[in-house]
Amino acid sequence: MRFKRYGAGIAKGMALTLKHLWRRPITVEYPEERLIPSKRFRGYELVWYPERCTACATCAKACPQGNIEIVTSRGEGDMYKVEKFEVDTGRCMFDGLCVESCPFNALAMGQSYERSSYCRGQVVLSKEELTISEERQPSGYARPEIEALQPEQTLLIYRTGGVR
Amino acid sequence: MNGWDWIHWLIFVVVILGFALSMIIVFIWTERKVIGRFQLRRGPNRVGPMGVLQAFADFIKVLTKEDIVPAKADRWVHLLAPIVAFVPALLVLAVVPFRDGSILADLNIGILYVVAIGALGVVGIFMAGWGSNNKYSLISAMRTAAQVVSYEVPVVLSIVGVILITGSLSMVTIVHEQQVPFILLQPLGFLIFFLGTTAEINRSPFDLLEAESEIVAGFHIEYSGMKFALFYLGEYAHAVAASAVITTLFLSGWKGPVLPPVLWFLIKVGFVFWLFLWMRSTLPRLRVDQLMGFAWKFLLPLALFNVFLTGAEVLLWEEKMASWGNFPWPFLFLNLALAGGLIVLWSKFFRLGGGRVEV
Repeated sequence: MRFKRYGAGIAKGMALTLKHLWRRPITVEYPEERLIPSKRFRGYELVWYPERCTACATCAKACPQGNIEIVTSRGEGDMYKVEKFEVDTGRCMFDGLCVESCPFNALAMGQSYERSSYCRGQVVLSKEELTISEERQPSGYARPEIEALQPEQTLLIYRTGGVR
Repeated sequence: MNGWDWIHWLIFVVVILGFALSMIIVFIWTERKVIGRFQLRRGPNRVGPMGVLQAFADFIKVLTKEDIVPAKADRWVHLLAPIVAFVPALLVLAVVPFRDGSILADLNIGILYVVAIGALGVVGIFMAGWGSNNKYSLISAMRTAAQVVSYEVPVVLSIVGVILITGSLSMVTIVHEQQVPFILLQPLGFLIFFLGTTAEINRSPFDLLEAESEIVAGFHIEYSGMKFALFYLGEYAHAVAASAVITTLFLSGWKGPVLPPVLWFLIKVGFVFWLFLWMRSTLPRLRVDQLMGFAWKFLLPLALFNVFLTGAEVLLWEEKMASWGNFPWPFLFLNLALAGGLIVLWSKFFRLGGGRVEV
């Protein structure tokens, strides 16, 4: 005998929702609770390492938007000195081409995603603002050695288990 | 009529108003919280501890909204509609006993009064649909009228079962007569009454009158500000009233061990409301033909059968009372079994559109 048209489907559905009632909510309460983004997250802003940069301007040429502006002068020995390394992040589309093209690993994508600002001037970043700092951490995008150090991404699928 | 009557009425009018309004606020919070948990959300949790003040925040917001009346609307009907829809729900509570003797008016036709007043809410909804001068509003109002009229029939018939056993229409007597909750003695009647009431107070899955996917918001499309809030409160007031009536009729009202009667009453009301929420969070909205088919082809035959069955049992019990003792235990199990069997059987028979549409 097939129990298909005996209203069993309704009972099944009711049982399912009842089970859901005792499960842990999947909601991430954002400002209080944050998820760790992907290891290769193309996050907001770049991280620039001045000691590795040779001012070759490959990144500036790779950028489809021309967001990176580099001005150099003659430095010690046969090195260039970077006078100006300015990135207009307002127009950045996060394709990561600058990071991929850098032959000296002097650029990396950032990890952060909370960098809204009140005026356009603030999104044009100078070379001092682009260096690594407490809140400007590099992500592992196109940088396997950084990726290896990143914490594991939190996925909501791991939170469905367990009761509350 | 002496002075004490006036004092009694005054006190109970205040009590019922307070009860209704506080329960509405509690129910709004409960609904949002519980539906949230059913859907693995947290529900409101920003305003006040666990979001308990969310309803007040919404209330303040809605008060500050502009009150819009459509240019070609029937102004007075448009204005009166929310009030007409809201008041019957409060009137129903007048005959609901909170505990033995705690009742505004122990009418000897209490349940008849509930049925009569309960159907009045649809007038308000129809006024809203007509007065808004909006085609979706009118479609919604017509649907509601058809729905409420249809579901009134099985609901009243399922009440007949209770009345046959108690031999009284008074709500207090009905509670007194319940040695066990009538949900056990009248499982089929409870089910029919519960589903029929859900349809009558237009709760999901029978909320065709505000089917967002078809008719935007139904009868309250053209309402904003305080008038909309009145509709919103009215929906919950109807839920409170329906829960209270179901508690009284089928869950033995205030009766219960250990805890004080009023608390038992509130617990049962909350439980019935939780059943509404459970159903809402599970079942999708019905189609119009499914809705009508369900009332006339499913609930009505079962309700009729329930009346005959209960009548026969009452007659039989009067003969056998001496030999069976104080309570008709055999009927309890018989009714439970019959209810299960009949539902399964009728689900098999149930067809829509001449057997064309699978449900």
